[in-house]
Amino acid sequence: MLVIPCPYCGPRPELEFSYGGQAHVLRPAAATNPDPAGWNAFQYERANTRGLHAERWRHVHGCARFFNVIRDTTTDEVLRSYRSGEK
Amino acid sequence: MSGRWRLAAGGNDLDRSRPIRFEFDGRAYQGLQGDTLAAALLANGVHLVGRSFKYHRPRGIVAAGPEDPNALVTVRRDAARTTPNLNAGQVELYEGLVASSQNRWPSLRFDVGRVNDLLSRFIPSGFYYKTFMWPRTAWHRLYEPRIRAAAGLGMAPAEADPDCYAQRYGHCDVLIVGAGPAGIAAALTAARSGARVLLCDEQPQCGGSVRAERAARIEGKPAAEWLRDAMQELAQAREVTVLSRTTAFAYLPHNMVALSERLTDHLAAPPPGKPRERLWQVRARQVILATGAIERPLVFPGNDLPGVMLAGAARSFLHRHGVLPGNRVALLTAHDESYGTALDLKNAGVDIVGLADLRPRASGALVEAARRAGVPIRAATTAIGTRGNLRISAVGLSALDADGSVSGAPEWVDCDALLVSGGYTPSVHLHSQARGKLRWDGAAQSFVPAAAGQPCRSIGACSGLTGAALAEVFSQAAAAACAALEACGIAARPASFTTSDDMTSGGSWLGALPLPGAMRGGKAFVDWQNDVTAADLALAVREGFRSIEHIKRYTTTGMATDQGKTSNLNALAIAAQQLGRPIPEVGLTTFRMPYLPVGFGGLAGYARGELFAPLRKTPMYDWAAARGAVFEPVAMWQRARYFPQSGEDMHQAVARECQCVRRTCGLFDASTLGKIEVAGPDAVEFMNRMYVNSWNSLQVGRCRYGILLRDDGFVYDDGVVARIAADRLHVTTTTGGAPRVLGMMEDYLQTEWPDLKVWLTSTTEQWAVIAVQGPQARAVLEDLVGQADISAAALPHMAMTRGLVCGVPAMIFRVSFTGELGYEINVPADYGAEVWNAVWQAGQAHGMCAYGTETMHVLRAEKGYIIVGQDTDGTMTPDDAGLGWAVGKSKSEFIGMVSLRKPALRDPDRKQLVGLLTADPRHVLEEGSQIAATPGQRPPMRLVGHVTSSYYSPVLGRSIALAVVSGGRARHGQTLYVPTPRGETAVTVTQPVFYDPKGERLNA
Amino acid sequence: MPEAIATRIPPPRASGLGWRTLDPQSCWSLRVELAAAAGPMATAGLPLALAACRAATRGEWAALWLGPDEQLLVGMNSSHAQFEPRLAGALAGIAHALVDVSHRQAAIEIAGPDATRLLALGCPLDLHLSQAPVGLCTRTVFAKAEVVLWRQEADRFQLQAWRSFLPYVTGLLALGSQELAPQA
Ligand SMILES: [Zn+2]
Repeated sequence: MLVIPCPYCGPRPELEFSYGGQAHVLRPAAATNPDPAGWNAFQYERANTRGLHAERWRHVHGCARFFNVIRDTTTDEVLRSYRSGEK
Repeated sequence: MSGRWRLAAGGNDLDRSRPIRFEFDGRAYQGLQGDTLAAALLANGVHLVGRSFKYHRPRGIVAAGPEDPNALVTVRRDAARTTPNLNAGQVELYEGLVASSQNRWPSLRFDVGRVNDLLSRFIPSGFYYKTFMWPRTAWHRLYEPRIRAAAGLGMAPAEADPDCYAQRYGHCDVLIVGAGPAGIAAALTAARSGARVLLCDEQPQCGGSVRAERAARIEGKPAAEWLRDAMQELAQAREVTVLSRTTAFAYLPHNMVALSERLTDHLAAPPPGKPRERLWQVRARQVILATGAIERPLVFPGNDLPGVMLAGAARSFLHRHGVLPGNRVALLTAHDESYGTALDLKNAGVDIVGLADLRPRASGALVEAARRAGVPIRAATTAIGTRGNLRISAVGLSALDADGSVSGAPEWVDCDALLVSGGYTPSVHLHSQARGKLRWDGAAQSFVPAAAGQPCRSIGACSGLTGAALAEVFSQAAAAACAALEACGIAARPASFTTSDDMTSGGSWLGALPLPGAMRGGKAFVDWQNDVTAADLALAVREGFRSIEHIKRYTTTGMATDQGKTSNLNALAIAAQQLGRPIPEVGLTTFRMPYLPVGFGGLAGYARGELFAPLRKTPMYDWAAARGAVFEPVAMWQRARYFPQSGEDMHQAVARECQCVRRTCGLFDASTLGKIEVAGPDAVEFMNRMYVNSWNSLQVGRCRYGILLRDDGFVYDDGVVARIAADRLHVTTTTGGAPRVLGMMEDYLQTEWPDLKVWLTSTTEQWAVIAVQGPQARAVLEDLVGQADISAAALPHMAMTRGLVCGVPAMIFRVSFTGELGYEINVPADYGAEVWNAVWQAGQAHGMCAYGTETMHVLRAEKGYIIVGQDTDGTMTPDDAGLGWAVGKSKSEFIGMVSLRKPALRDPDRKQLVGLLTADPRHVLEEGSQIAATPGQRPPMRLVGHVTSSYYSPVLGRSIALAVVSGGRARHGQTLYVPTPRGETAVTVTQPVFYDPKGERLNA
Repeated sequence: MPEAIATRIPPPRASGLGWRTLDPQSCWSLRVELAAAAGPMATAGLPLALAACRAATRGEWAALWLGPDEQLLVGMNSSHAQFEPRLAGALAGIAHALVDVSHRQAAIEIAGPDATRLLALGCPLDLHLSQAPVGLCTRTVFAKAEVVLWRQEADRFQLQAWRSFLPYVTGLLALGSQELAPQA
């Protein structure tokens, strides 16, 4: 069970979180992006990273915020976390 | 068997004033308080404790601890409390203990399966793979069950486990696994620095090798006295927890270690209601592993006879239990410590008939002491076989030539026990589970911990300090503890421990012992538990296996419940020799968790029966239960499915309830529906972006049926949404969808549209929801709602108002999932039961019934109302479900909008929701049935859709079904064919509305 | 017209060694930008919690920080009428969502020397005082139920769960307190 550093609450056990998939996948705005190719990439294409992976987590049984984590998928080491909209 | 097996005095673990009676294989024996079952059996001269897995060979006690591959027993308290596959070295004796051996029939001394041993040349490695491959279908039905029955590992009890099991989360600065000298020294160092320490040990008493220590003095005291004082100091330290009988069995990510604490198995009468085991999940900032080392057996023909035992085990039995392994004892060793063992046994009065050392020469204090005491030592000597039936009677010793080969004839030395030692293998299991690297130490001939994968350190024997002086172990332990504390940011107070009369030892032998060139036959066992011999490993290599992982799987070496604790390194050495490659190049197999088997009870913990998972009940649950409702689980909820009256089955009850709702009215508990309050200045804009509908035009006090898609354009959830204030919407979801819809809303709100000023609050449990449905609904409620106007004019279908119902502030929704005039009264949940009861009382004059989810399903299907997840399957668009009208046409944004433009999602041949009527009105189709366009097809058939909902409609007096059919809306009136187990059924495609298609009753 | 119903029927009461269900309290979920609301609320005598995972209390009033824009407001001893108008007044003109969740939340008090040990059977948080000081409050889990945990004193906690999860939580506590009870 991982320890995930919530940017709002501090380090907490994985049981309090839900996983939210790869981070920084941009959702094209519907009105301005009718291009199905771009839309398909947003919907279906994900990296399968070996190594440092930016991913979304939600502190669902805590502050309920979504945020981002940099995790090494080879070691499970969490390097840092940061709030949505931050880098 | 005659002989003297227990000394009159001595035994560090014993309470000699407390004799204990126990039973093994139906025979009564006596042991002492403090014995393990293994020790007590040995004290009675019993070495034969089991039959081997494959060849059913007689097997004895090999080790003193949990690494023993042979001594698996079943301990029985009663029919339900029967535990198979326990290790006799771990079973603590209690008054009246009943244990039996396993894998033998009809008895341990005479076992029919032994015939396998005589046929063994027909059962080589890979035998199962080679023999039972054909015919394939026979594997599951015939071969596998037979093999499993023949290779019995004890029987699980057939009854439910009556014991309870506890779980606990633990937290500490430093977790120390193993309370031998190293672990205790580390714990003392950390404790004296004020750290939060958890020290655990799998033995009943802490101390490890200190408990079998011969002469050394620590801090100027005899070892036993130092141990007592040290444990007392730890017990009194405020932030220290010491857990004995506790095995660390899994090292999980981020320094979480799982421990299994055995609480009552050692008691003759476990206190009722107290847990049998406790599973700990310990999060440690730093971990110190002091798990010791495991002595290696030697691989030579006949090495598995009862009476052949590890030398260290014999020493442990002697010092801890005052038990002798035999009266005429031979030793075969490559490790100095065996000399000490021989010496100790000799001092205890045992006749040492010979000590054969595989090494050309041995030296050191222990060797010299043994020599001075007259232990007959033979250097450069090996064993080529043993004699004996159910117990060893002689060992054949042969001198090794200068080149290490055997040429001369063996000398058979009579003995009743043979103690063996190939040196020690550090227990690197947990280090390795923590993804730590291993390094081959050529001098120590073993793998030792290298870089750690997590914040953990190995100390003592498991770090490679096998046979080291206590002083060296102590200083390493104290330094490791200081480093761990420093890493925690705790100022360490370095501790030091003085020792005297401390001896070192060393020596190692890996792989099979040399045999005379001409010698064939005779099984030299590597893995006792899975009956793998040196010849099996050689055969695997000859047959072309190169990877140690493949050799392991092919021969099954190391794959038994002991996971090869005593065998892996010997197996590796033999494979390496056969492959002609150095050991570190061949590499070790993976160390997997659990380190030792863990019972299912401990893993399940509290999660069983009523507490398996939360069982959610509405405020009206008790009312329904008191009226005999039959409940069904929906998500985590218990919902009333139907209310049978005397003698009714489900169909009769549902038929009555359906008729009642359509004729007069019914009362339904809709409290489990998800409810989300969407509030804030941007509430309507948020809903515009989330749901397909347009919400701008929804007036305060009005409701609308809303559809939520995922971004792939497929229906995710639905529900009625009410605008209860200008900046506030009351959104309902499906019962099962409530948490995930709220999660999805939060996701988009927080990450896509953080600028919107709107907030989401779950109110599912704030409100109890009382649905009153049917033509008499208004008449029932009129008297209860006080000032609120619920007339058709003031409160039309899809309107809501607030008011007092029975004096309780309520939200009254004019909504219907039945197609009848209907209301859903929302009252704060604590008032739900009483308002419900008041409505029920008022309804009696109007012929009201209570109805459950089954009737609700039939009534909504008659109206063609879909249930998301039943009539949709995650690949249906709103248009597929016949709900295209709900999609806002001029919207600039909603979830799924772009996907709905894809050509594939606009294909007119997509599966669309339709109604089906069977030719035979009594025939109720099976839900999930496939649909064909033409009759009489044979597989593979071309199928055009499937049935999603199917019921008998009591009101219509016939069956009805909803289905999704390719291009279904263009097929109305067509005949399709549904294959059923009883033949093909013709069905007519219709509109998916069977009752009151104009909605006159709804708007009444 | 029938009499107004006055009696509330809260979820089943239960108790064991070191724990008991509490009488209903008044609870609101307040969602608001903390910076905008903290001042007016303090002026109204209803202080909000400013630090993450900490509670602010004043008499029978408590505000529990659950998220950066989320506070669980608690009127202890069910003083609904006392707080509702003051809340409305203080928040007037500030964009917010205030939702009455009094009937959603059910509360249990866990007190005594074994309190942290009892909680440790299902709560994965480190409740050592050095890590979880008095005043700590947070959503977390208790086995398979989501709860709000609030440390009111060193050995006194309030645990809140949604009402339908209460029997599950009290069922676990009952097992736990039986397990920790001194042997007869
Ligand atoms: Zn958080």
